[in-house]
Amino acid sequence: MKQFGIFIQKELFHIFRDRRTLLILLGMPIVLVLLFGFAITNEIDNARIAILDQSKGEMSQKITQRLLASGYFLIDENLREVAEIEQHFREGKTKMAIVFPPELQENLRRNLPTQIQLIADATDPNTATTLINYASAIIGRYVQDQGRGQAMPLQIHTEVKMLYNPRLKSVFMFVPGVMTVILMLVSAMMTSIAITREKELGTMEVLLASPLRPAMIIIGKVIPYILLALANTVVILMLGAFVFGMPIKGSLFLLALECLLFVITSLALGILISTRTESQQVAMLISLMMLMLPTILLSGFIFPIESMPLALQVISNIIPAKWFIIILKNVMLKGTGVEFIWKESLILGGMALFFIGASVRNFKIRLE
Amino acid sequence: MATTQAIQVESLSKRYGKNVQALNQVSFEVGRGELFGLIGPDGAGKTTLIRILATLLLANEGQALVNGWEVRRDYRKIRSHIGYMPGRFSLYQDLSVEENLHFFATIFGTTIEENYELIRDIYVQLEPFRKRKAGKLSGGMKQKLALCCALIHKPVVLLLDEPTTGVDPVSRQEFWEMLKRLKEKEITILVSTPYMDEASLCDRVALIQKGNILSIDKPAGIVSAFDKPLLAVRTNDMYRLIHDLREFESTHSAFPFGEYVHLALRNAIWPEAIHAYLAGKEHTDIEIKPAQATIEDAFMELMTQE
Repeated sequence: MKQFGIFIQKELFHIFRDRRTLLILLGMPIVLVLLFGFAITNEIDNARIAILDQSKGEMSQKITQRLLASGYFLIDENLREVAEIEQHFREGKTKMAIVFPPELQENLRRNLPTQIQLIADATDPNTATTLINYASAIIGRYVQDQGRGQAMPLQIHTEVKMLYNPRLKSVFMFVPGVMTVILMLVSAMMTSIAITREKELGTMEVLLASPLRPAMIIIGKVIPYILLALANTVVILMLGAFVFGMPIKGSLFLLALECLLFVITSLALGILISTRTESQQVAMLISLMMLMLPTILLSGFIFPIESMPLALQVISNIIPAKWFIIILKNVMLKGTGVEFIWKESLILGGMALFFIGASVRNFKIRLE
Repeated sequence: MATTQAIQVESLSKRYGKNVQALNQVSFEVGRGELFGLIGPDGAGKTTLIRILATLLLANEGQALVNGWEVRRDYRKIRSHIGYMPGRFSLYQDLSVEENLHFFATIFGTTIEENYELIRDIYVQLEPFRKRKAGKLSGGMKQKLALCCALIHKPVVLLLDEPTTGVDPVSRQEFWEMLKRLKEKEITILVSTPYMDEASLCDRVALIQKGNILSIDKPAGIVSAFDKPLLAVRTNDMYRLIHDLREFESTHSAFPFGEYVHLALRNAIWPEAIHAYLAGKEHTDIEIKPAQATIEDAFMELMTQE
């Protein structure tokens, strides 16, 4: 037990004395969350639009006012000719143009079908779609309000309710994602580097020739990184909750347990990598290529798994991060208990066992 | 096998891949409390042999016992009772002198205080730097610290792989004095070195080359086995000298040795004959004197016989 204690103490010395790495490890989650939260966002806020009002009537004025009142749009310029629209887009000044036709006022009064043209800059498809949706909804509501009190032909309105994330805030998507990436990074990459460093510096040779059992060497190396990963989890959750208003509806205890499960799965992966590699650089490259990229791309963090080609959907099943993100979203956003996520948890647990088993098989008690 | 010997090695062979024969049928024994030297050039198989004894590599053939324990089967027992110092500095560079020592004492289940007596002579020199990080020590100091760490659990057998390589001459000498003192404490020491001059400091040495042991004897015995007349020769052009001497009819062998060339002769001839030969080859500042054979001469001789 004393041997174990000194080993962990030694490992903590390594971590705390390498100031630069420590700064990166503790600073990265904060930077990533803030970066995703403030810079990389799909939300529409004060988008600049241009208006070509050919009808010059009361109706078009009112619709424009409604659009501006929503807070989503700002008028960049009032245009005079159709030709100006194209030029405006090319200059990149505006995201969307609204064209009111000359016959707008007349048609509406006579209750005839009429059209308002929305033109969006689709170089950024997500933003374009969102803008069009927002504008259509606002215009639709205006028309509906006008028709009130009159006998209208049969109309069906869809009423949309966005559950769990009513304002469609992207923070709800990236906090679980960033958490997954950071935990993977700290657990898998850092442990695989820490273990291969001992091989590279030759200290593993001395440790092997000592009475320390291999399992003790591995567990001793891993425990400090579990603590570090959990500290990062707390920081990310606090940032998400206090800076971006991310809810944590489910039980905190359950959330902590699931995080621990994912950390253990990642650690086991890191150990497995370290048993097969001899240098820190190779360990880092493998961790990056085989763990980080799939974690970011195939876990559903950024791209929805449902819209991937079938082959990638199948591959995504073997990525631990996919299951962890499902668990996180369930617990944090829906507030579900273990009865709805036991399957995912079981899959993660199975993966952890498999990786640990493979690491034990691959760990060498000698130099070759 | 009796367990009176500290190390017993019998027809040990080790191959890397298909083509590299690192050890070829090596056999030797090291008695208890003996300071045994493994002398040979780089790539001779010294490190492989020591790693097999430290249970870090498995031999392809043959048997090896350390303190009566078999290296493959009883590796756990051996690991608790030997001190091993690899050729490369293998302590934690970001830990201080004291922390390194404390760490290794603890993982071997002992304390610094318990065996302080054993390392005191060495550790007093390190004491002023005990708060310094191991990575910031000089080469000699690093080796002393590594020796302390390998000794702290009072091992029965100490395996040292080239402990003096890359260390300045003064520190080398100090290091060997420490080994002699450890001998008095009845610790068996197996030490490898590429430096021939260190051979004379051992009780017995094994000369090893390309995985074969050429000779095992006391240093004096190995030197006395060298029976050719030996001269030390020096001229203005040392490079050409070796070449010319090797063409000389009475020459047995000629090897550079410090500032001189050691010339072993087939038969005793007058130095004047050599002088005349060299003068004829346009050498100047010719100096020829009788030389005392050393381990290195004996080793060169054994190597050429191979």
